Amino acid sequence: MNEILFGYLSFAILALSIAAITRKNPVHAVLLMIVMFFHLATMYLALGAEFLAAVQIMVYAGAIMVLFLFVVLVLNIREEEKGERFASGWPLGISLAAGLLILILIITDKVLTGRQGQFTQAVILQETHTKAIGKLLYTQYVFPFEVASLILLVAIVGAIVLAKKRLG
Amino acid sequence: MPDIGAQLWLLGPEIVLAVFAFGVILLDLVIKEKSVLAYLSIAAALFIMFTMFGRQGTAFGGMFLADGYGLFFNFIFLTSLCLSILVSLKYLPVERINFGEYYGLMLFATIGMMVMASAGDLIMVYLGLELMSLSVYVLAGFMRQSTRSNEAALKYFMLGAFASAFLLLGISFTYGLTGTTQISGVAQYIKDNGLAGNPVLAFTTILYVAAFGFKIAAVPFHMWAPDVYEGAPTPVTAFMSVGPKAAGFAVIGRVLTVALGPVSSEWTGLLIVLSILSMAVGNILAISQTNIKRMLAYSSIAHAGYALLGVIAGGPEGLASMMNYLLIYTFMNIGAFTVVTLLRTEGVKGEDLSDYEGLSKNHPLLSALMLLFMFSLTGIPPTAGFMGKFYLFVAAINAGYLWLTVIAVIMSAISAYFYLRVVMYMYMKEPGTVIPVQRSTAGRVALMFTGIAVLLIGVQPTGFIQMARSALAGFGI
Amino acid sequence: MNFLEIIFRPASFDVIVQLAIMVLKVVVVVGVIMLHVTYATYFERKSIGHMQVRLGPMRTGPHGLLQPIADFVKLFFKEDIIPAAADKPIFYMAPVISIFAGMSSLAVIPFFNGFVIANINIGLLFVLAMSSLGAYGIVMAGWSSNSKYSFLGGLRSSAQVISYEIALGLSLVGVMMMAGSLNMTEIVKAQLAYPTGMFLFPQILGFFVFMVAAFAETNRTPFDLPEAESELVAGYFVEYSGMRFALFYVAEYIGMIVMSLIAITCFLGGWDGPFQIPYVPFAWVFIKLYILIFLFYWIRATVPRFRYDHLMSFGWKILIPLALFNVVLTGLLKTLNVI
Repeated sequence: MNEILFGYLSFAILALSIAAITRKNPVHAVLLMIVMFFHLATMYLALGAEFLAAVQIMVYAGAIMVLFLFVVLVLNIREEEKGERFASGWPLGISLAAGLLILILIITDKVLTGRQGQFTQAVILQETHTKAIGKLLYTQYVFPFEVASLILLVAIVGAIVLAKKRLG
Repeated sequence: MPDIGAQLWLLGPEIVLAVFAFGVILLDLVIKEKSVLAYLSIAAALFIMFTMFGRQGTAFGGMFLADGYGLFFNFIFLTSLCLSILVSLKYLPVERINFGEYYGLMLFATIGMMVMASAGDLIMVYLGLELMSLSVYVLAGFMRQSTRSNEAALKYFMLGAFASAFLLLGISFTYGLTGTTQISGVAQYIKDNGLAGNPVLAFTTILYVAAFGFKIAAVPFHMWAPDVYEGAPTPVTAFMSVGPKAAGFAVIGRVLTVALGPVSSEWTGLLIVLSILSMAVGNILAISQTNIKRMLAYSSIAHAGYALLGVIAGGPEGLASMMNYLLIYTFMNIGAFTVVTLLRTEGVKGEDLSDYEGLSKNHPLLSALMLLFMFSLTGIPPTAGFMGKFYLFVAAINAGYLWLTVIAVIMSAISAYFYLRVVMYMYMKEPGTVIPVQRSTAGRVALMFTGIAVLLIGVQPTGFIQMARSALAGFGI
Repeated sequence: MNFLEIIFRPASFDVIVQLAIMVLKVVVVVGVIMLHVTYATYFERKSIGHMQVRLGPMRTGPHGLLQPIADFVKLFFKEDIIPAAADKPIFYMAPVISIFAGMSSLAVIPFFNGFVIANINIGLLFVLAMSSLGAYGIVMAGWSSNSKYSFLGGLRSSAQVISYEIALGLSLVGVMMMAGSLNMTEIVKAQLAYPTGMFLFPQILGFFVFMVAAFAETNRTPFDLPEAESELVAGYFVEYSGMRFALFYVAEYIGMIVMSLIAITCFLGGWDGPFQIPYVPFAWVFIKLYILIFLFYWIRATVPRFRYDHLMSFGWKILIPLALFNVVLTGLLKTLNVI
């Protein structure tokens, strides 16, 4: 049963992603992307990562894509649909991506899994995913967590500088 | 959990700099005279530079390593920060971008670099890289009214995002293979489980080399460099050509030579290709440039190629020569960019090679210093550039890469053509219109400082290489 | 119990019974809430009418009690008009998404001890995630109608909803910290174990921020700018008529009810009250719900509409800092063992 679910989800995620980048109408592309995020969140749920699933919906579908949509809405869709879908360099891009894909396909059967950590599925189910992540973030990973907060601060400052500053 | 105070003390430099960065951004709201913020930033950097040494140990369960290697790179970053800020002081009002956030972002970028250089974990490498890159993207697009600056920021951002994606893919493969993201842990696991020769690991290596190649602007990952260097504000270009590049090398030293040390044969070949291509493409394409910022961009690509020799040679000697070279490169490259910046005045761009025609007649001292920097970038004795290259080449030859060294020497000879062309323009051509020069005391201080450093290291080279060698004690290679 | 686990376990009688119970619960909850929505419209017209010294609906049935049913019949049989230049699939989907975003949150609300459709560990996050989707219905409706008024309404609304969502989420952090769980049932139980029986008193700041943000999230007065009729006709759903219009209308009331239910679960002690009411375990939830719904109407009848820039700066400069302050304060008081 799990295999069927995984198979469906991976297929849907791939199909939706391809559909999203081939749409000429950017609003449709963004909406397809949101549907894709829902499938991704379901995938996380199936893996027992419930916190990640909720955050995926909240942050990506609920916040980031709304902002995307917000920007895309003010585009002139008719003009957008007239232009070429892809930049002129797309054959190069697609061949690079295909090369990368082939490399990954070659190595897939050589993948070994490293040592397992202390958080097995059973431990996570018992402790709840949110608690496990929270504890780790504020103990073992507190330093990366703080650096990540600096990154967000820089992003805010940068956005304001680039968008709002009047010329001196 | 070890004593939290001791761990924070190890993090002291980063914390102090972060506090100052917050301070600069907050004070910007109340202070009208933005140069105060610049001096504050310089004071912070100098304070850290004088107090940071002597820290030794690991913090946060090995996430952060305070060691000589990291501190040496911190010294490079802080030096380039101070010099770039000095250069910016008079440049920003000319471009009408005199905002306090500029200094805040510079400080944040430096924190990112310092985190990268001291990272003991692949997660920290990534986060430091993002912090640095994000700040520099914004700095590159700081001239909002200039389409070139916008283009620079956008290009840098797009390609930087690609590089980050490669890095993340590499990290996730490494984690999948070894079950850890700790740099020393990865090396240990590879050794213990005989993973050398595993194709997945080889693939991971490619991803890392691609990601770091972007950051140090090595061919074939250099496409962004010329446009970004040209479009960004000149002091930012100076900063960007030195800081992030050195940070990229710092991470290469940690990730490739330590984490992937057991499989060094797999990445050495890749780096050799990168190095040769960088030296060739950088030096040859620089010849046809007429914009001095573009020329210096290609030159910076070529210098990444030289510095890679040190990594390829490996071992304490190779790494020490690489670190030494990056420090020297900091002085000479920022020096050259300082001259370029000083030529930018109200109404005069001063970026074109023809602007340098007969410069020595009107500005003899400035021209003399430019001559010094150009000599140093070429690698002509008795300048620092010569000594830097000398140590690199010796390390490479000792490691058995004589043929590679020969290529590097030939490429250096080619580079003489375009570096010395600037000198020729300054000294052997008649001046057209008189090009004014910024009246910037701070710029002059930077110029003087870099000039003296370039000369001093040229005649008294042992100090820094000794420092680099001793910094590598206990590095784990 | 993980929802997926239930579905993907090898089928047995046990599972079928569980599924049947779950379906039954869904039907009951949806039915009850829909009934409440119907009469919430009546209640609103009546209470605002009396506040303005009018009578409100009086003609259909005794005291106009059949008015909502008459309205429904009218909307159901009205022609469903779709603008010629509309983006049809999105136009069709928008009202459905609005309803879905509101309804799905009901799944994790405990109506009384042990009665909740899905007792999941991330209940509160689930609620926030679903309420953040509400913006899509509005934006899609505004954009796909291909009309200036609905477009502007949609833009206004999406900006407003995004801004107030942050305050909404942050205001609940204090509750999470005090309860130590995201499970809605656990949150209520934590309140019952607490001296005051509810988190309203230690979390009064959080409750204030939550309620203000809830008004903005549901586009109710004084934050009903997306449908400011003097500027935008009816806002994002100008072009909708008949059943589709009714769906939006229903979504607004469901939003109000869901927000009130969240406030009850997180701040007002859930199913518990000052004294036990025998045989009706869910009585207190509904009593509290009616009081909060009345609050929505009361404020609508009292307060004028915000100006748009005031609305934005109020959200970003007052509500979000207040919510953050509440988080810091809660953490501080918890460390000092005061609460």
